[in-house]
Amino acid sequence: MSESVTFRFEVDGSDFTSAGQASVLVKKHLRQLGIDPEIIRRVSIAMYEGEINMVIHAGGGEAFVTVSEEDITILLSDKGPGIADIDKAMQEGYSTATDNVRSLGFGAGMGLPNMKRYTDSMDIKSEVGVGTDITMKVNLI
Amino acid sequence: MKIVTIKELLEADVVCNGEMLGEEVYSACGSDMMSDVLAYVKDQAVLLTGLVNSQVIRTAVMMDMRCIVFVRSKVPTPEMVRLAEESGLVVLTTKKRMYEACGILYSNGLVGNKVKNV
Repeated sequence: MSESVTFRFEVDGSDFTSAGQASVLVKKHLRQLGIDPEIIRRVSIAMYEGEINMVIHAGGGEAFVTVSEEDITILLSDKGPGIADIDKAMQEGYSTATDNVRSLGFGAGMGLPNMKRYTDSMDIKSEVGVGTDITMKVNLI
Repeated sequence: MKIVTIKELLEADVVCNGEMLGEEVYSACGSDMMSDVLAYVKDQAVLLTGLVNSQVIRTAVMMDMRCIVFVRSKVPTPEMVRLAEESGLVVLTTKKRMYEACGILYSNGLVGNKVKNV
């Protein structure tokens, strides 16, 4: 089995201003590992959208980024309200975000579609009242 | 288009990283919705926006953009300027409104880019 490295981040759900800090750190770590810039951009954007979602909807959570020889896996885990209708949430333009969030430049219903757009696979496990786990992979080979 | 040309065309002021005005940008995106910006993918782009918060800077950083232009005389906060300085982003402000600023850059040859389908 090949070696892999995992980074763990706590996403603070109380402060929208600081949302995205984990994604900035991931970007730095991946650069240090010498990953291709296009791959880094895809991983950072997908994670950034996920991080924003966790802050907007779930009151924060945890993020794990694992780099192996084959792929980069991003696991976003929260104990928020869960996603009632995943198919609907995947539609571009559908959002349950508040007007306040929209005034901050998010909540356009593009978050989950963007996460899918920039990754090679995305799996959402969500239970209403329990939380959401999103696993995304970007292939390296 | 060089960033210095954008500055001249939009009669913009430089907020930070003015030493990088000689760098080239190849595409542009004008939006106040950051998730719409994140749906675009292209190297060395410029973002025109009227939105003022730290996520504007982080969005541009995630996209590997080179320059942000704040329209309608919007002024970034000191925290935003600090983030932009750290990230090597040129920040400009212009009195022009979004529609006019985008139109000027487009008609001078700086076109937009395509959205990648889901």
